[in-house]
Amino acid sequence: MKILGYVRPDGKVGIRNHILVIPSSVCASEVAMRIASHVEGAVALPNQHGCCQVGADLDLTAKTLIGLGKNPNVAAVLVVGLGCEGIPTEKVAEEIAKTGKKVEYIIIQDCGGTLKAEEIGTRIVRNMAQEVVLLKREEVDISNLIYSVECGGSDTTSGLASNPVAGYVSDKIVDLGGTSMFSETTEIIGAEHLLARRAVNEEVAKKLLDIVSRCEEKAKTMGVDMRGGQPTPGNIEGGISTIEEKSLGCIYKGGTKPVQGVLEYAEEPNGKGLYVMDTPGQDIESITGMTAGGSQIVVFTTGRGTPTGSPIAPVIKITANPETYQKMIDNIDFYAGTIVEGDETIKDVGERLFKELIEVCNGKLTKAEALKHREFGMYKLISTF
Amino acid sequence: MKKLAVVINPKDNVATAVQDLKKGQEVIVDLHGKTDNVSLLSNVPFGHKFALEDIELGKEVIKYGEIIGRTTQTIKRGEHVHVHNFESLRGRGDWGEEGK
Repeated sequence: MKILGYVRPDGKVGIRNHILVIPSSVCASEVAMRIASHVEGAVALPNQHGCCQVGADLDLTAKTLIGLGKNPNVAAVLVVGLGCEGIPTEKVAEEIAKTGKKVEYIIIQDCGGTLKAEEIGTRIVRNMAQEVVLLKREEVDISNLIYSVECGGSDTTSGLASNPVAGYVSDKIVDLGGTSMFSETTEIIGAEHLLARRAVNEEVAKKLLDIVSRCEEKAKTMGVDMRGGQPTPGNIEGGISTIEEKSLGCIYKGGTKPVQGVLEYAEEPNGKGLYVMDTPGQDIESITGMTAGGSQIVVFTTGRGTPTGSPIAPVIKITANPETYQKMIDNIDFYAGTIVEGDETIKDVGERLFKELIEVCNGKLTKAEALKHREFGMYKLISTF
Repeated sequence: MKKLAVVINPKDNVATAVQDLKKGQEVIVDLHGKTDNVSLLSNVPFGHKFALEDIELGKEVIKYGEIIGRTTQTIKRGEHVHVHNFESLRGRGDWGEEGK
């Protein structure tokens, strides 16, 4: 099975050709946004962090920014630093440059302020824009794809139809030699025993159970009932009563294949097949983690409806709730409610979604892309100092 | 006729409404081989659950063939099953170390 993608110097395949402007820290975010706004094909990450962080938390932010820069949907990168932040701008640029793609960096304090940095940065990105459009899509095997599944604004139709459909596509991609991942550790609580049984070995099963218990412990050490935040008020209104019910419906999005490994946040899978990434249940942070781990395309299942996109990956939104599909038609790409209504099977709808996914890989814009939805948020381990 | 409710797993003691259902309505559900006719004791909105059998206080609520929580009051067959009459057993930091 073939798709049309951009083959990068490191051999990885992108399905988009973005120029990414990465601010090393929140202090450089405004300048980065301004630079990207001047140039066709450029997109900036609205980074809220990158300074006054320590240890593993600082490392995680750096890893996430680097991972997004390395993502094969990105053709070229400008890293913008203020100059005194904790994230080392030059190092971020160096790490991304290991992929062989064009990477440059500027330091606002060295440029001499906003206007000069904006001018210098814009000129660099403009030059990149003129070059990257010359890159052509080539026919490549679908096994180059890292598919990821997100679910958000869930209701009971998510578990009945849209998650099983996303899972069907996951199985299909794995069968075709590709990679698939799903995340949201909070939404595995109550269903971890079922996933652990699918782990390829004891070690993976243990890691899976560990991340879930760590997540549950976090709620316990705060002395709170997780029901304050999970399920969300919208989930409850949609008929989901408990985190167990939410999780059991959630894990259908990961299909039925063996779990090859458990990834840390923003970690790239080192093989093919199905992976679980340890992320929070918050949609934006979860998608950021998976795209930083190299995923080029996201299927997002929703019951209540959500506008969420990504700065660098197409996000295909699907729902099985007929009312949501009507109300949120500007944001939802695909309807899976025919399963709930008894008119189509999961396989029928799964095949339709797979066809849509191929078209999006080949260049069709999702509604989130067409509307420039580029939600971005990074998971942090501890609060900022 | 449009389906009114679905039972996901034969072990389940709740069904999920796939239409807005009204108190007093007779709902035919497919129990994976045999059918059952449940008379609703409360309104059950789209996506919400109702009991297929009486579930005693402190007993488990089963959906997807798995435990999704425990009742906080006795639930009658045909009654709406939601946060008002059963609760999660997980992530309960409010229970302290011993649990409940």
